[in-house]
Amino acid sequence: MRRLFFMIWKELLELRQDKRMLPIVFVAPILQLLVLGYAATTDVKNVPIVVVDADRSSGSRDLIRTFDASPYFTVTSVVSSVNEIAPYLESGRAWMALAIPVRYGQMIGAGAPTTVQVVADGTDANSTNIALGYATNLVAAYAQDLMTKRSPGRSLPAGLQADVRVWFNPQLESKDFMIPGVLALLLIVMTVVLASMGIVREKEMGTLEQLNVTPLRRWQLIVGKLLPYGLIGIVDIFLVVGVARFWFRVPLLGSFGLLFLLSLVFLLSTLGLGLFVSTISQNQQQAMMTAVFFFMTPMIYLSGFVFPIENMPAVIRPVTYLIPLRYYLVIVRGIFLKGVGMAVLWPQALALLAWGLTILGLATLRSSKRAA
Amino acid sequence: MSVPQSASPDAIVVRDLTRKFGSFVAVDHLSFTVRTGEIFGFLGSNGAGKTTTIRMLCGLLKPTSGAATVGGRDVGRDPEGVKARIGYMSQKFSLYELLTVDQNIRLYAELYGVPPKRFAERRRFVLAMAGLEGREKALPRDLPGGFRQRLALGCAILHEPPILFLDEPTGGVDPISRRQFWRLIDQLSKSGVTVLVTTHHLDEAEYCHRLALIHAGRLAALGTTRELKQIFADRQLVEIRTERSVDVMRALDAMEEVEESSLFGTAVHAVLRSRDVEPSEIVARLAAQHLAVESVEPVQPSLEDVFLDVVEKAGRE
Repeated sequence: MRRLFFMIWKELLELRQDKRMLPIVFVAPILQLLVLGYAATTDVKNVPIVVVDADRSSGSRDLIRTFDASPYFTVTSVVSSVNEIAPYLESGRAWMALAIPVRYGQMIGAGAPTTVQVVADGTDANSTNIALGYATNLVAAYAQDLMTKRSPGRSLPAGLQADVRVWFNPQLESKDFMIPGVLALLLIVMTVVLASMGIVREKEMGTLEQLNVTPLRRWQLIVGKLLPYGLIGIVDIFLVVGVARFWFRVPLLGSFGLLFLLSLVFLLSTLGLGLFVSTISQNQQQAMMTAVFFFMTPMIYLSGFVFPIENMPAVIRPVTYLIPLRYYLVIVRGIFLKGVGMAVLWPQALALLAWGLTILGLATLRSSKRAA
Repeated sequence: MSVPQSASPDAIVVRDLTRKFGSFVAVDHLSFTVRTGEIFGFLGSNGAGKTTTIRMLCGLLKPTSGAATVGGRDVGRDPEGVKARIGYMSQKFSLYELLTVDQNIRLYAELYGVPPKRFAERRRFVLAMAGLEGREKALPRDLPGGFRQRLALGCAILHEPPILFLDEPTGGVDPISRRQFWRLIDQLSKSGVTVLVTTHHLDEAEYCHRLALIHAGRLAALGTTRELKQIFADRQLVEIRTERSVDVMRALDAMEEVEESSLFGTAVHAVLRSRDVEPSEIVARLAAQHLAVESVEPVQPSLEDVFLDVVEKAGRE
C-alpha cells in the first residue's frame, strides 16, 4: 500500500510540475464547453431572408412584419422582382427568399386561397430544413390568425391539426443536448490520451524498466499510473456538470450521485483503453495518434454524439454496440434531461461495466506479456 | 554496503542462456559465472546481445531456454526473488525529470522498500556519493551528466543490493566523471558487492576484474585482461607505420605468414602466425613491392587487438 501511495504521490508531483498539464486538465474542459455550448449549436435563429414584394399592399407588408417579428427570421431586404433574389442567395446574404405575388392583398381580403413561394438555399441541408419548417409553421399560423380575425363567430374549417409536444427538451434547445455529451467527450479525451501518454512517457525515459526491477507489483504499477488520471477525470466531472448546470442552465433532472457513479464506471473503460493504447505504442506521438485516430474519432462519430445511431446504415449500427461512449451518452442524457434512474439505465450501466473490465483485463494481460 | 547473504562464492551462474526474438537469436547458449564481489565486464559491439542478457538476469525478460541464477534465485522461475537482491541502472539513467533530487531519492527508497529507520542514512549516503549535498532541490535535467549518472547509481543501490547490474553506465558522460564513477564501482566491489557491467568502451574494460567478450549473442572469450591477451602467446603482433596503410594491408593479407591485419589509428597492426617470423623479413617483402615502411615493431597486444582478433575468428567460423 505504501508503494502504491508513493507511486500516486510521484504522479501527482509530476502533474503539478508539468507546466503544460494544468491548462490541459482544467482550461481545456471549460474551453470545450464554451465552444460546444455556444458555437456548435444546431439551433436555427435569425435566418436572413430576402422578400420579393410584388404586391406592395398593406396585406403583404403585414406578412413581412410577421416574419421579421419572429425570432427565427430577419428580413434583410425587400425587392420587387423574383429575378433579384439570386445574388442574395448566392452571396449568402440571405438563406431564403419569400415571394409574395401580385394581387396577394386583394385575394387575402376577399378570402380567396392564395400562395406565397419560399425559395431556400439547400447547401446546408440541415439548417435549411429546420428554417423551412419554421417558415411553413409561421405562414400556417398567420393564415389561421387571419381567418379567426375575419369571422370571429364562425367555427374554423374542420381541418386536422396535429398537436405536437416535445418531451424532455421542449424548446428543442441543442445546448441541452450537446452539453451533457461534452462531459462524455471530455472524459474520453482526457483520460485516454493522458493515461496512455503518461505510461508511454515512462517507457521512453526508461523509468518504466527501472520500476520493473523494483519490488513494485504489476497491479500497483497499473493502479498507480491510472488512478491519478482517474482523479483528473473526477475533477472534470464536477467542473463540467457545474458549468453545465449553473452557467448554461442545462436542467439536471436526475440524481447527480447516480451520474457520478456511472461516470466512474465509464472512467474504468477509458482508463483501460488508455492502458491498452500504451501497450501498443512505443512513443508519445504514437500513443497520441493511436488514441485519436484509431479509437476516439471512430468512437465519437459512431456513438450518437452528433449523428443519431438510428440514421446509420444497418451494417454500421451493430458496430455501435462495441462503443462504450454510446452507452455513456444514453446515461448522461437520460439523467440530465429525462431524470431517469437505474430502473431504466441498468442495461447501459452493465454494458459499460463489462466493457471496462474487459479492456482493463486485456490491457493488463498485454502489459505483463511484454515484460515476460 | 551489506555483505551478501549467500555464502556461495558465485553470485551469478549462467548456463546455456538463450533468448530468441522470432527467428533472431539475440543470446545464444551463453554460459559463465560471476564470483561474489567481482567486477565482471560484458564487452561487445552494439547489438551483440549484452542488454538482452542483462535484462534476462534482472528478471525483466524470460529466457527462451537455458537457466541463470542471480543471488541463488532462478531468473526464469523467481524473477521477483531476483529483483529483491539486485540493483539495476540502465544507460538512460532513469530519473524522473520533473521530480527534484530529493524526491527521486524518496520515491526509489519507498519503491525498493528501504525501512523508514534507514532512510535518512541512505539518503545522506546517496547525496554524498553523487556530490549533490546542497542541491537536493535541483531537477535532474539541470544537472551535468556526471551528477545525473551518480544520482541514478545512488537510486539503484538505495536498498543495498548485493548484486548490481550496470547497462552502459557511462554513456554521454565526460572522461573525468567516468573515472570518478569507476572509482565508486571499485569501492562497491571492495565492500562485497558483485557488479556486472556492460560497455563498449574498451578502455573501461581495464577496470574490470574479468571480462566476457560477446559476439553475435555468443561468448567469444572469457578471462582477466591478462588471460585474454594470452591468445597472442604463440603469435606475434607487430605495428607497422606507413603512409600507404591500405596498400600495405592488402599486401600483408596476401602473405602466408600474416594471419590478419587491421587499421589501428594511423598504423597497421598485423598478426603473424608464429613467433619465428622475422619482422624485418616482412619489411623486405613489402619493399620489394615498392611499399615504403617507416617502422616495424613488435607491440604488446591491447584489449582492442584481442577484441578484433576474437571477432575476426568468430566471423570465420
